[in-house]
Amino acid sequence: MSEVSQSDETLLKTPLYDMHVAAGGKMVPFAGYLMPVQYPLGIMKEHTHTREKAGLFDVSHMGQSYMRSVDGSDPAKILEEIMPSALAVLKPGKMRYTVLLNDMGGIEDDLMVTRTFEPEGSLYVVVNAGCKAKDYEILEDRFAGRLALELLEDRALLALQGPKAEAVLAKLAPEVADLNFMEGTMVTLEGVVCWVSRCGYTGEDGYEISVPEEEAPLLAARLLRDDDVEWIGLGARDSLRLEVGLCLSGHDFDASNSPVEAGVTFAIGKKRREAGDFIGSERILAELEGGAEKSLVGILPSGRAPAREGVEIADSEGTIIGRITSGGFGPTYGGPIAMGYVPNAFSAEGTDIQLIIRGKAHPAKVAKTPFVPQRYKRKKL
Amino acid sequence: MLKFSEDHEWMLIEDGIATVGITEHAQNALGDIVFVELPEVGASYAKGDDAAVVESVKAASEVYAPLTGDITAINEDLEGEPGKVNSSPMDDGWFFKMTVSDSSELDGLMDEAGYNEFIAGLE
Repeated sequence: MSEVSQSDETLLKTPLYDMHVAAGGKMVPFAGYLMPVQYPLGIMKEHTHTREKAGLFDVSHMGQSYMRSVDGSDPAKILEEIMPSALAVLKPGKMRYTVLLNDMGGIEDDLMVTRTFEPEGSLYVVVNAGCKAKDYEILEDRFAGRLALELLEDRALLALQGPKAEAVLAKLAPEVADLNFMEGTMVTLEGVVCWVSRCGYTGEDGYEISVPEEEAPLLAARLLRDDDVEWIGLGARDSLRLEVGLCLSGHDFDASNSPVEAGVTFAIGKKRREAGDFIGSERILAELEGGAEKSLVGILPSGRAPAREGVEIADSEGTIIGRITSGGFGPTYGGPIAMGYVPNAFSAEGTDIQLIIRGKAHPAKVAKTPFVPQRYKRKKL
Repeated sequence: MLKFSEDHEWMLIEDGIATVGITEHAQNALGDIVFVELPEVGASYAKGDDAAVVESVKAASEVYAPLTGDITAINEDLEGEPGKVNSSPMDDGWFFKMTVSDSSELDGLMDEAGYNEFIAGLE
């Protein structure tokens, strides 16, 4: 049988690298870093553990920064020129998922923008590891002399995800229980001032904790002392996010796909649509009105064979109509799941399609996402 | 006679038929197996051809025909319970049986002690 080789001396390590190795993590190259793809528990059990208890993820490879305006005006107003979400209205401690657009209305990356409590209204921004160099270059080029980026390269980022996350973290700081989904605040954990956000990318309730790198191993060790907490690797992170229908930047969309095609129109603010005051808005507004030519859909293979990224999608006649962008086995779903782009004529739930896996056509259906319900802790009304 | 290949497959040869599977080392490296695609009974393969596919949560890997011959049986249980490859790689988790057309191909394969030495050298 075939094997995948893995070794590269030029790869970066996060401040938690030694802990991953000590925990038996299988380290693989990912976005320029050596990251744990799995631990001895294995992807399946790590995935289930996160859905049932609490998983700890090292996401320190992601790009953290503070953004301020040079002239003291609202930096969110500047970002709104290339991001279609309502960012200027963000109150301190509130965060939003948004996308960084190009002139053609395509998505360069997706990101999280949070308003800090600093008086000048600065923003705390988290972007994808694989896109951070590109994102910062785009922002620095476009907003030279207007927007100041302070890269937080001396900070680690931990994600604690799962139904037990609140109980685990509240043992260290009871006030984290008061945060709602998509809110963040300054919290002292084990004597260390951290920025804690109630968010994540697994579909479960949970937190992301931005912590100074030198303090990160001790905080991680403290969280892992809880019987309900296990290290979770990138393998399970991918199956967890796919099950709840969340896009992976550079895979489920690239710079050619609009937010309408990628199905992230929820990120486009209502007033922003009316104003159309962001780059690429001609295309995006037209697609919101009349539909895009193709769209990202959920796909359920009828058999057991997983359909992975790159697998061709055909109509019932066998004509190729698209490609799988993310696909694999959903441990909680209990079968193969996938996402991919199809022309709009094929995007209705229940449409019969075929997946060409290793040269053979396998029947499948277009399905709605998420495949497994999201369980965020939203504010009770 | 039990033989091993450098591709982490085992063959149990009895009366001119080889039962083929993947080793404990291989199943451990692959992780949780969620799908196995088996060859068709009657299909002919040359040594080294892709004969089956094993998919873990992570990735798909080919299983090669370790010898030249014809498929005489497949382990249909794996279609419903691919996890047997993890729990019993050397026994219930076998993949297929094939004829041994050219017994000289067996000469280049390892015995169990040789294979254990081989994987010890990989670490």
